[in-house]
Amino acid sequence: MSATEGLNLTLKVWRQKSDKEKGKMETYQVSGISPDSSFLEMMDILNEQLIAEDKEPVAFDHDCREGICGSCSMFINGEAHGPGEMITTCQLHMREFKDGETIYIEPWRAKAFPVIKDLVVDRSSFDRIMASGGFVSVNTSGNTQDANAIPIDKHDADKAFDAATCIGCGACVATCKNASAMLFVSAKVSQLALLPQGKVEAKERVQNMVKQMDEEGFGNCTNTGACEVECPKGISLENIARMNREYLKSSIS
Amino acid sequence: MSTLDSKVPEGPIAEKWTNYKNNIRLVNPANKRSIDVIVVGTGLAGGSAAASLAELGYNVKAFCYQDSPRRAHSIAAQGGINAAKNYQGDGDSTYRLFYDTVKGGDYRSREANVYRLAEVSANIIDQCVAQGVPFARDYGGLLDNRSFGGVQVSRTFYAKGQTGQQLLLGAYSAMSRQIGKGKIQMYNRHEMMDVVVVDGKARGIIARNLVTGELERHSAHAVVIGSGGYGNVFFLSTNAMGSNVSAAWKIHKKGAFFANPCYTQIHPTCIPQHGDQQSKLTLMSESLRNDGRIWVPAKKEDAEAIRAGKLKPTDLKEEDRDYYLERRYPSFGNLVPRDVASRAAKERCDAGFGVGTNESGEAVYLDFSSAIMRYGKEEANIKGIHNASETEIKELGTKVVEAKYGNLFQMYEKITADNPYETPMKIYPAVHYTMGGVWVDYNLMTTIPGCYAIGEANFSDHGANRLGASALMQGLADGYFVLPYTIGDYLADDIRTGAIPTDSKEFEEAEKSVQEQMDFFINNKGKHSVDYFHKRLGKVMWNKVGMARNEKGLKEAIEEIKEIREQFWKEVSVPGNANGINQELEKAARVADFLELGELFARDALERKESCGGHFREEYKTEEGEAMRDDKNFTYVAAWEYTGEPSKAKLHKEDLKYENIELKTRSYK
Repeated sequence: MSATEGLNLTLKVWRQKSDKEKGKMETYQVSGISPDSSFLEMMDILNEQLIAEDKEPVAFDHDCREGICGSCSMFINGEAHGPGEMITTCQLHMREFKDGETIYIEPWRAKAFPVIKDLVVDRSSFDRIMASGGFVSVNTSGNTQDANAIPIDKHDADKAFDAATCIGCGACVATCKNASAMLFVSAKVSQLALLPQGKVEAKERVQNMVKQMDEEGFGNCTNTGACEVECPKGISLENIARMNREYLKSSIS
Repeated sequence: MSTLDSKVPEGPIAEKWTNYKNNIRLVNPANKRSIDVIVVGTGLAGGSAAASLAELGYNVKAFCYQDSPRRAHSIAAQGGINAAKNYQGDGDSTYRLFYDTVKGGDYRSREANVYRLAEVSANIIDQCVAQGVPFARDYGGLLDNRSFGGVQVSRTFYAKGQTGQQLLLGAYSAMSRQIGKGKIQMYNRHEMMDVVVVDGKARGIIARNLVTGELERHSAHAVVIGSGGYGNVFFLSTNAMGSNVSAAWKIHKKGAFFANPCYTQIHPTCIPQHGDQQSKLTLMSESLRNDGRIWVPAKKEDAEAIRAGKLKPTDLKEEDRDYYLERRYPSFGNLVPRDVASRAAKERCDAGFGVGTNESGEAVYLDFSSAIMRYGKEEANIKGIHNASETEIKELGTKVVEAKYGNLFQMYEKITADNPYETPMKIYPAVHYTMGGVWVDYNLMTTIPGCYAIGEANFSDHGANRLGASALMQGLADGYFVLPYTIGDYLADDIRTGAIPTDSKEFEEAEKSVQEQMDFFINNKGKHSVDYFHKRLGKVMWNKVGMARNEKGLKEAIEEIKEIREQFWKEVSVPGNANGINQELEKAARVADFLELGELFARDALERKESCGGHFREEYKTEEGEAMRDDKNFTYVAAWEYTGEPSKAKLHKEDLKYENIELKTRSYK
């Protein structure tokens, strides 16, 4: 398909000057969008248009544009990362939309993710949760034991890997009606709890991370499962169950 | 022209690093507590350095422009990390990794640095496993390996197609632990705008808080730059949108020499460009070349029919396909190094055999059909299914390929809407990595005392071409195992210095010049956006300083880049103000630096009158079209000193001595 038969779209975009000011939806038109373009390339075109009109472009987080850095974070037509399964906003392509369609674009909305500007939110609460326990306490001396000294059951290693593929984008929080961060936190807790290297301090880890999560103002988990559906990496709800077990275990022993 | 001192220690190559570490000065734990170190960038190099330095006891201030250190572009590395573990028992050793890396770099890297890299490579794997990095394992529970280009052993450790992500999250975990302890002060959404040099030593930086727009002064006893490569000078590359040269360029302008800027890696397997609205290119991991076969139609008329949409690749019979890498390089086949594979793809497309849908037909096939059948047969045997039908074999084989490369195939399908299990992928080379970078000595110190450069930001280990899975190795080697030792030798002089004040005239002047630049951009009210200039720069770079270069084109490029730069400073338009998030302002400052680097890049390519690795000069090639080095005249590192105008930079040479490896014509035939 060539760009000449491109899409003409109406965009309703959340504009907010700063965390202190109130925001609102603004309406824009874009035309000639190639169906092969990515959603963010469409946003680039909108921004070039705004700059040409001497207006402020829409601020949004993005970086790798290949679905792995976890920066991009748009709530599109009421869905985290828009339509399509297992993708980030940057992996969404315009062929998913029809000519003449109206697209609603909003930031992640959660108490623990305050909007900084337009579509940009502050996700540093995730970093603080990680700093509270998302690690194995081993110094980088290079004098650890040989990497093959402890064989790890392939199934456990694979499960740990699956949990570890979380990109920390926050779609789970944005999607959850309680703005809970359970999927994010449980993915890290699970990864490390499944590996012998992480088991040693599993108790402290789960206690500390959950405590920090609560302090950041994330909501509770009510087992709705929307997070799993919208997660671009397909992080499983099983991780939440595992974290609950780990938490319970660490509370009573 | 002066000769640079690389400070490589004396002695046999295998003992240099150990002896050096034994004799290097140390800083005792109590004194480390009164020493501050700034680390710019939180990728594999910066992140691992920040964590290690903090563990040692230094006070670390780490900076990244992203909203979290976990998002640095190392995260996107797919295929794997090399290490001379010899777990496969296939003849690997420290020496062989060293040899492969020097040869792969087309004999333009520094022997002692590369040997050290190979030496510490095994520690990296041990370290990462200890941190909880979930590498791929086999059913016995041990670590699995695969092969990468330019080598004949399997030494690449991996975590599906997300090795960079897993390693970076490991480093980020280690950082998080130190952030929690207060040993690292983390500055997210901060960009380094300049380095501050006091009495000839790097003593701090000016950073811009990207949320409030405020300029901040940060002082330290040493400054470490781990800000990655400069591939985005081409506008389109596989780098992240924000990847930039600014930190490296700012230190260059304050006295750090910039080495071999023309050594750029054009990666052979990327998804071809779809059109003018494209903002970046996506890499398909080199690991795919383990099993994928690269081909174009053997007949021009078939290529034409495919481009016109009249023929499908799956319609072409085996004998009508040209597996050109297997044909030209029988001993390495599809696993030739990246520079060789990229040029071969360009050669076929230029000759009219390309299968891309754009005007120049720029694409070749990467085909998994034979791998699917091969694995399918193997699986059928394992499962004891005799007389399996072709459909059954295909099904079984598809499952194996999915387990190995599933996420990559999925990524391809999301972008192109083609199913690579059914039809071959289309790929074309794209700018991926820069071997050149800030010149450093054996200690990884730049020519500014107290200023270090690590990871892709420096130049030292990959020569003129980097082998696959070696970038992750180098980033972590520098950050975990090299810099933490070498920096101590320098900081040993600073145990009585005390905190560096930020009210000196040097800080004031540096801040003032940054402020002036910000004010200029906001007030200029030109008529073109930043991207307008960046795209034009990228076009000149790709057409004249890209995969094939010649004297005429390079001279034109220097002039054209100058013109674009002059126009940029007259006509650039940055909307909004500097008192908050302003992504156009961020871009403007970065593109201003790319517009200077591009010119030096072309000058470096012009001066290097030979072809080596990723640097291919059309005037210097063999009859068969292979790169032709000129060892007599060019076995040196070109380190450029900034003098005001980029193309008027002063050349300093570091002669490269090969005492452990004989210089040979690189052959993968």
